[in-house]
Amino acid sequence: MESIARPLSPHLQVYRWQISSVLSILHRTSGAVLGMSTLLFAWWLIALASGPDAYATAHGFFSSLGGKILLFAVTWALFYHLCNGVRHLAWDAGFGFKLGTMVRTGWVVVVSSVVLTVISFLLAYA
Amino acid sequence: MALSKTEFRTPLARVSGLGSAKDGTNHWWQQRFTAVALVPLVLIFWIIALKLVGSSHAVAAAVLKKPMTAGIATLLIIIGLWHLKLGAQVIVEDYVHHDGLKFALIIAIAFACALIGLASLFAIAKLAFGV
Repeated sequence: MESIARPLSPHLQVYRWQISSVLSILHRTSGAVLGMSTLLFAWWLIALASGPDAYATAHGFFSSLGGKILLFAVTWALFYHLCNGVRHLAWDAGFGFKLGTMVRTGWVVVVSSVVLTVISFLLAYA
Repeated sequence: MALSKTEFRTPLARVSGLGSAKDGTNHWWQQRFTAVALVPLVLIFWIIALKLVGSSHAVAAAVLKKPMTAGIATLLIIIGLWHLKLGAQVIVEDYVHHDGLKFALIIAIAFACALIGLASLFAIAKLAFGV
């Protein structure tokens, strides 16, 4: 089929950054990060099932500085995707579409995801 | 819903074709259904995981062995990976416009999710039932 060069609607790069678009992009990005981190979770489970030696290798990685930084990023991605996912479910149910409400709930999601991530690390390591 | 003057097909006739993807709202609905289920599962497993940070092999294995923990982990893996399969498919459909590559990636995502899920479930089964 021959394609016709029709004018396209303006895409991402012509728009000013704003909380609605940034949080939407972050929702997809955090989802992709969580998708890849399922490999880490599977690795940990398989190592645990394989025995103390394999577990020690996985445990060594997750206890290292790089491993902790990775876990911190994944934990934030998890809580961001969780909180913003609940925001999405509220939209699906028909709530929270007013512009002011949308901005407010967006900031609630950002702040609560950071707080929950920090609390996780305090509970885990402090 | 009121019918437009130029539309002779009934609403039932229009929805019975299920749109261009031929599965209607099924994909969208499954994404929400799994999302709702994942909220409590993630929170419960978060509490379990917090207690496991820094624990020895014996302690971690003993926790994962418990029927409650193994059950929650099993649900989390199945529903989480199903949610991932649906979400990753949408990302590919949005950005990959070459048909062959698009279908190859969608199939690869489904296979990868199935593989990660089966490997994880096998590990849990081995821990729960012992060898």
